[in-house]
Amino acid sequence: MPVVVLKDVKKSFGSLQVLRGVSFSVDKGDVVALIGASGSGKSTALRCIDRLETIDSGTIDVCGYSVSDPNLDLRRLRLDVGIVFQSYNLFPHLTVEENITLAPRSVKRMQKAEASEIAREVLAQVGLSDKADNYPEQLSGGQQQRAAIARSLAMQPKVMLFDEVTSALDPKLTGEVLKVIETLAASGMTMIMVTHEMAFARRVADQVVYMHQGRVHEAGAASILTHPTTAELSEFISNDL
Amino acid sequence: MNNAINATHLTFLLTGAFWTLVLSLMAFVGGGVVGLVIALGRTSPVRFLRILSGGYVQIVQGTPLLVILFVVYFGLPTVGYSLSPMLAAGLSLTIYVSAYLGEIWRGCLEAVPKAQWEAAECLALSKTQRMVKVILPQAVRIATPPTVGFSVQIIKNTSLASVVGFVELARAGQLINNSIFQPFSIYMIVALLYFCMCFPISVFSRRLERTGASRLKAAETAVSA
Repeated sequence: MPVVVLKDVKKSFGSLQVLRGVSFSVDKGDVVALIGASGSGKSTALRCIDRLETIDSGTIDVCGYSVSDPNLDLRRLRLDVGIVFQSYNLFPHLTVEENITLAPRSVKRMQKAEASEIAREVLAQVGLSDKADNYPEQLSGGQQQRAAIARSLAMQPKVMLFDEVTSALDPKLTGEVLKVIETLAASGMTMIMVTHEMAFARRVADQVVYMHQGRVHEAGAASILTHPTTAELSEFISNDL
Repeated sequence: MNNAINATHLTFLLTGAFWTLVLSLMAFVGGGVVGLVIALGRTSPVRFLRILSGGYVQIVQGTPLLVILFVVYFGLPTVGYSLSPMLAAGLSLTIYVSAYLGEIWRGCLEAVPKAQWEAAECLALSKTQRMVKVILPQAVRIATPPTVGFSVQIIKNTSLASVVGFVELARAGQLINNSIFQPFSIYMIVALLYFCMCFPISVFSRRLERTGASRLKAAETAVSA
């Protein structure tokens, strides 16, 4: 039973058509790596799934919600979908723990103690138990990104979206963030990640979707990264080495 | 006839200074409340509110405070609303200050990165929660130095209230001068008293700007480290 289904999704920014009919689906517990060159539409596709962008045509279904329905209650969609951004976007005026408990407390109306308990759990999960009382600016990029992942996890989403979450980090910090994501994948979380980390995609992804010029150009198991069938994917991968 | 400045004169000036502070406070509180509404209107997703608040700012900023004061004090009674000099001055300053604070605060609201809205939205926070718990606290931080700086302008501009007969510091100086005719010494004292009220605020504002800047720097080094 697929949790996320995109069918012939089209999207333009002004006269620029970014998505020219994108279709793929994600089963529960699957990890999907969305890869492709800059401008291929992979980030836009991801943002459409959380309705951060509205689509022009086609359909997107996420956890039983029709995302393209203009009357959809976006807050309910976002209770089921977590998203982590390239630029972390932690709230700078709140401590790490307050960043994490804000949504559980104000959206789910949780008591302080209960929310703090969840914060402790998710912080342990991302290896930041000792940073609960720090402000984001006191953390390294990798720590901030892990805190952002923890903040998303605290809402217990059914699907997690990762939008190039390691692109702003150096290799060492990238490694610590990827490790967290890998553990998350092993725990059975359904995830869609836009990534440039090919080795990571090969290791973790159940399905790889290669986007090229606004379309899904090639898709399949992670093995397509080692044995691509299209010339474009094979060229894209060779650029990575 | 004794033309020297005596203790009674100084007490009178100090009382005037006190009313200057009272009027400044009225202007700051009134202008702050209305200014917040203006800032929210200017950044509202509703076009009508944007146009309405934008028009208000344009009209007020394009009008001298003195003229606003005349309209309120001399104009309103002709349509049946008579205000005391103090209320008229307070209301005029409220109108004037709200337009400027509204614009300053609009800038501060817009200075909070859009990504913060998005992150809050993706955590299922409602529109009001996003504004109150994520955007406003950050905007307040950005707004503090320019707001404190602007309050110096407010204090100085209260001197215009003297033209409708409200006895604040400037008017107190005029009254004493009318009786003993020592304009140089009297207005020097008046100037000194204004300076004593404004200077600490200027220093405070400058310090806020500096600490704000160094906080930012500390954050940058923490990230790059």
